[in-house]
Amino acid sequence: MSSIEERVKKIIIEQLGVTEAQVTNDASFVDDLGADSLDTVELVMALEEEFECEIPDEDAEKITTVQGAIDYVTAHLG
Amino acid sequence: MNLEQQIALVTGASRGIGRAIALELGRLGATVVGTATSETGAQAISAYLAEAGAKGCGMVLNVTDPVSIEAVVKAVGSDFGAPTILVNNAGITRDNLLMRMKDEEWDEIITTNLSSVYRLSKAVIRGMMKARQGRIITVGSVVGSTGNPGQTNYAAAKAGLLGFTKSLAREIGSRGITVNAVAPGFIDTDMTRALPAEQREALVRSIPLERLGAPEDIAHAVAFLASPQAAYITGETLHVNGGMYMP
Repeated sequence: MSSIEERVKKIIIEQLGVTEAQVTNDASFVDDLGADSLDTVELVMALEEEFECEIPDEDAEKITTVQGAIDYVTAHLG
Repeated sequence: MNLEQQIALVTGASRGIGRAIALELGRLGATVVGTATSETGAQAISAYLAEAGAKGCGMVLNVTDPVSIEAVVKAVGSDFGAPTILVNNAGITRDNLLMRMKDEEWDEIITTNLSSVYRLSKAVIRGMMKARQGRIITVGSVVGSTGNPGQTNYAAAKAGLLGFTKSLAREIGSRGITVNAVAPGFIDTDMTRALPAEQREALVRSIPLERLGAPEDIAHAVAFLASPQAAYITGETLHVNGGMYMP
């Protein structure tokens, strides 16, 4: 079983079409990884599916970086 | 045109235009779930689909109830697969002169004819985004463009969904989902049969093709927009009105 961090990063790579090297922990989806607002919505959808949970919209809006996604998943589902 | 492998959700399918749309999509190979507000209506839909040899069934849906919408979209997903075609057809009229219009008449129209389009589109879009394909087609009305005395509420809702259609088309075009509207003119259905004979005759005289439309005329336009052949059309309103209004 991969760690939460690995699973989160794998989803980001797939969803945003970026390379592993780009997905540093402090990378921002929009500023560093070229995501638009719809990409970030889809990313949250993919996280919900991977971790079988529902992320409320108010929380989803706050997940803007790779570390933010890892922290959220760890805190709520880990 | 071929719609094999497609799952279509058609609201307001027990009669009139919705029924014709459900049958046409079914004839082209789609699995069709038609919705009605009552159990009797849903059974009638199942029956006519079966009789026509089409795949799918009828389901009960109250388009003004978010819980009902969620339940139906979920049921379609588990019974047949996530919808790839949504046809927002369900609609009602509550005609009255503005000076006499009651708040309920206004609100009912906005809730049933416009807010339902928002709710249903939102409910199916997740599956379409994942599939990277989808068709959302909303049935508007010529009066959304021309206006009609006694229909400030109805015309406002029908014009509103055109703005909705264009905005959503811009939002999700990058995911291969098209969003369009079909605006019928005067179609021979229960809704227009409610008009006085005199008014109907005057209407026909204003139509270059000199007849009311048939529900099938609308169904063909919807089926085209649902088909792969219409892949490059989005944010568009297709007017099907015998020439009575030409934008």
